[in-house]
Amino acid sequence: MTAADNEIDETEYRPHRRWYKRADIVIPIVIIVLGYVLLIALVEPNNFFRPDMEAPSGLIKFDWGYFFGLVPLMLQGLLVTFRATLLGFAVAVVLGFFLALGRRSRFRVLSWPMAFIIEFIRSTPLLVQLVFWQALSRAMDLNISAVTVLAIGLGIHYATYTSEGYRAGINSVDAGQWEAATALNLSPVTTWTRVIIPQAVPNVLPALGNNFVAAFKDAPMGVAVSVPGLLLFANTIKADQFRTVEPYMLIGVGFLMMSIPAAWLVRRLERKVAYERV
Amino acid sequence: MNDVLLNGNQYKLLIEASWVTVQLLLYSFAFGCVLALILAIARMSDIKWIRGIALVIVEFARGISSIILLFIIAIAIPYLSGIKQPPLMLLATIALGINMGGYGAEIIRGAIQSVSPGQTEAAISLNLSPLQRLRYVILPQAMRVILPPMGNLTIEILKGTALVSLVGVADIMQMSNNIRQQQLATGIGTLPMLLLNVLVLYFLIAQIINAIFRVAEWRVERRMRGNPALTDEEAAEAMTKLGLEPAR
Repeated sequence: MTAADNEIDETEYRPHRRWYKRADIVIPIVIIVLGYVLLIALVEPNNFFRPDMEAPSGLIKFDWGYFFGLVPLMLQGLLVTFRATLLGFAVAVVLGFFLALGRRSRFRVLSWPMAFIIEFIRSTPLLVQLVFWQALSRAMDLNISAVTVLAIGLGIHYATYTSEGYRAGINSVDAGQWEAATALNLSPVTTWTRVIIPQAVPNVLPALGNNFVAAFKDAPMGVAVSVPGLLLFANTIKADQFRTVEPYMLIGVGFLMMSIPAAWLVRRLERKVAYERV
Repeated sequence: MNDVLLNGNQYKLLIEASWVTVQLLLYSFAFGCVLALILAIARMSDIKWIRGIALVIVEFARGISSIILLFIIAIAIPYLSGIKQPPLMLLATIALGINMGGYGAEIIRGAIQSVSPGQTEAAISLNLSPLQRLRYVILPQAMRVILPPMGNLTIEILKGTALVSLVGVADIMQMSNNIRQQQLATGIGTLPMLLLNVLVLYFLIAQIINAIFRVAEWRVERRMRGNPALTDEEAAEAMTKLGLEPAR
């Protein structure tokens, strides 16, 4: 080996920085975790929506003043819906991984029922599932709140989606990596945590992001188990004040203002990950 | 076992109601497919403002939750336009169709773009009109890419149809509420078991949709492969039938 070779090696060899030392990874994680904790800890769902202002008389079909007057109440509902989505997605991310492991299992006793369960939950409506979980919890005398039912139902429903994402991500890791890990006599735990998962993460992240946006879009279904979210807000206004146009239009606008930026962020993440992998 | 199953009459009611669900699914599928095709083509238009409008519609349809869209269309719109007895089935179809159109447009656009540009060039050089180009050259090839995600999307729409019970269409979910009243009156059966039956019914419908799409995929695949070539014997036989000397 000549001196020139050494020099080239020096310049080209950049040891990977640990992920917890990289600002572009740590700062978003800290912000997300902090926001998450604050949201879960501070937001308490209120169970009634009563606007301060008088509803315009029935002859007027759409009133801008009333529309904007409803915004604070709508934001309360939106926050409850968002919080339930976050709780539910936390369940989905963890549960989905175990579903994916079970589905990949070599033992058919485990993998076939798992495949059936995933298929069953994926192809039945979330609305019916939510009512089912609520009925089940009542039949078993479990005293759990509507938001918890929504979070659990949403979590189980989307766990099947995230499990498909995990499975695709794990399958996309090159077979040679498994062979190399076997050749190096790594234990299964080391193989998973140090070889497979770190390489699967970039493939899984965009899928998780898409699932999160989809879960947020399904979260208003909590109205079926009377979660005080967006739709319950609109239904309450309709029942109380006989106004229908303003609250429903308002929740549509409020919803789009959350979901379109979220979808845009996911697409950016997708591009970034695709770029890094090249 | 008596606990899990409902009685025959209740199953009959559920199956009758599932016809409403299937009808709604068919209507919104048809509307969604047409909308998706139009939006997909508009998104690839050469004219900038058509592209812009299509993009806005697609982003709107993909961004809004189907349940909120359904409430807006089925409750707010009839009130705004002063309709006393809104045709709920039609409105629900429109809401679900818009939702499907947004997702379907992206699927179709991706599939059309996956067809090699040489095909378009060949079609242009054969002097096919843009419509003929799409109908006879591009779409048949794009179909292979469209069908699998379209099957998933259809099942998503099937799941979406359960929402219409919230605005008062008598679908499976609504019927299960009625059956629950019956159960409460007679004191037979529990709500979780009733809902489990409803879930199984939805699962069966989803599997039927899945099977239909599998068959469609298989047929498209077979057409793409073309017919098998004749073996030497068959070729010789065909030649003799035509009164020609079999080629060696």
